[in-house]
Amino acid sequence: MARSVFIHVAMVLLLALVTTPAGAQSFLSGDWVGLFQEDQPERGPGPELGDYLGIPINAAGRQYADSWDASRLTLPEHQCRAHVSPYIYRGPIRVRITEEIDPGTQTVIAIRHFLSTYAQERTIWLDGRPHPPDEAPHTWMGFSTGEWQGEVLKVYTTHITQGWHRRNGIPMSAKTTMTEYFFRHGNVLTQLSITEDPIFLEEPLVKTTNLLLDTETTPNQYQAWLFCQADDEVPGRDPADVPHHLPGKNPYLTEFAAKHALPVEPTRGGAETMYPQYMEKIKAMPVQAPAARR
Amino acid sequence: MFKGLALVAAAVMLSVLSAHVDGSAQGTSAPPRREGGLYTMPVQGNVHVIVGAGANVTVQVGNLGAILVDTGTAQSAGAVLDSLHQLTTRPVRHIINTHSHADHVGGNEQIGASGAPISGRGVAVVGAGTSPRAEIIAHEETLNRMSAPAGSQAPTPVAAWPTSTFSGKHKEFFYNGEGIQIVHVPSAHTDGDSIVFFRRSDVIAAGDVYSTVSYPVIDAQRGGSITGILDGLNQLLDLAIAGEKTEGGTMIVPGHGRISDEADLVEYRDMVTIIRDRVQDMLNRGMTLAQVQAARPTMEYDGLYGAAPGWSASQFVEAVYRGLKPERSSQ
Repeated sequence: MARSVFIHVAMVLLLALVTTPAGAQSFLSGDWVGLFQEDQPERGPGPELGDYLGIPINAAGRQYADSWDASRLTLPEHQCRAHVSPYIYRGPIRVRITEEIDPGTQTVIAIRHFLSTYAQERTIWLDGRPHPPDEAPHTWMGFSTGEWQGEVLKVYTTHITQGWHRRNGIPMSAKTTMTEYFFRHGNVLTQLSITEDPIFLEEPLVKTTNLLLDTETTPNQYQAWLFCQADDEVPGRDPADVPHHLPGKNPYLTEFAAKHALPVEPTRGGAETMYPQYMEKIKAMPVQAPAARR
Repeated sequence: MFKGLALVAAAVMLSVLSAHVDGSAQGTSAPPRREGGLYTMPVQGNVHVIVGAGANVTVQVGNLGAILVDTGTAQSAGAVLDSLHQLTTRPVRHIINTHSHADHVGGNEQIGASGAPISGRGVAVVGAGTSPRAEIIAHEETLNRMSAPAGSQAPTPVAAWPTSTFSGKHKEFFYNGEGIQIVHVPSAHTDGDSIVFFRRSDVIAAGDVYSTVSYPVIDAQRGGSITGILDGLNQLLDLAIAGEKTEGGTMIVPGHGRISDEADLVEYRDMVTIIRDRVQDMLNRGMTLAQVQAARPTMEYDGLYGAAPGWSASQFVEAVYRGLKPERSSQ
């Protein structure tokens, strides 16, 4: 299956190179807004509980997600957590891309992304600097270095704080690394991300996300997400309590399958559920019966 | 001509400012310095960390001299001093021990001897003569673990023992322009744990109450407990304040592993709490230790924390199990 992922990625990259006209503008600077033609339910309202479909989680990732209780988000330390770089581009987002120029040489030493969601600032260093040592702090955006491959920007990111691959409890570990390719077709910017998580994924998670150039952006469109302040959302709760489900006691894990008349097995995720050929296997599986109304 | 000079000066200033902004450990543009396999990294403010000495060694530097939180192993002491000399030419004035384990106090003797106290403090070390040495501060239980009654063989040399102890909840003093709080965490990793808060730099040295590379090591023979570990982690969370956009702010140097912020710490606290709750539930259901270990209540976290030398997931589960009692009211 890893080979299959490789082939898919290679095809997308090849397509990008072939369809980019010679001499086309490769600068990425500008204001970009998210397009939502892919996976809209997940990106807007949010994923449903127990929906692990298409995410190549391993057994550890599955157990973590099964244990996760959405009430965890009410803890003060969790309320204002930002999305991590492998996830944030799929949110409701505006991205302002600028370049940092070395004043002495006038070369571009970094590309900066200002991401409206949680007002995140990301720097992609192009000056060949090494990644920090393992003991350096992690951040939501991580530490990124990049290089131009023709008119495609390749970016490699490490040192990302623990976050999620999907915001219904599927965890992303702090050992995750991400390789991205940014390529532009006129007014459309495509980000191809390959996320590798040795702790919670059994294969790389490959996604493409499209952004549209916006020439009419005003500064106030970037200001809505700047501030977040945690409040006491559950008065009286012991601050040492951590909401979670004990193993085997999460009542919501089959809800998604029942609601959409799906078999349960594919909703449990795993690398196999990413591939088109899995559709045939699903057809032979029993469908989850809806839960009886109380 | 002047305009040209002004532009050059502005460029230089921009370059300096840029280097300053990126002077944090993650933004460092140069490879980390290495002395005997050790790394030295800035944390923030006056505080740095020396990594690779067996345990993290936190260093506060300033005009008055250096303070070290822990000293690493005895074998690393020379390399720690070499690394320290890259940070400051001033002497070590104080050593603060977070607990008594050899990977944290092993360098006390050599590094202490290289230092000098201010105004005579630290001279009266039993058996160490009158030569000036850095003062060694720790909780009283740490001294008890490192020393022995007269006539008995102590586990550590006399010159490595703390020379200034406290027995209450905390000790505090002002040094190098900032307040320093040493807070005792009872019965956590051991019975003598302390965390050290550099208030102006906004950095906490957490000792082995917190690690990013292993489950919490609970040294039950020396008074450690799962309850104390969780109390300590929650105490750290109370002290830490996340920075803008919920990252950075108070930085935490764990006993082992990477420099952290509140976002890292809360994940670790959550993990320990969840495992404690699972083991408690199994205990309440009458499961034996072997059954609990076989059920793998740590499973999803083992890839992150289960491969530490000398402290397996199974050992951690056993320590948690033995530190809890069945609760009648639980389901």
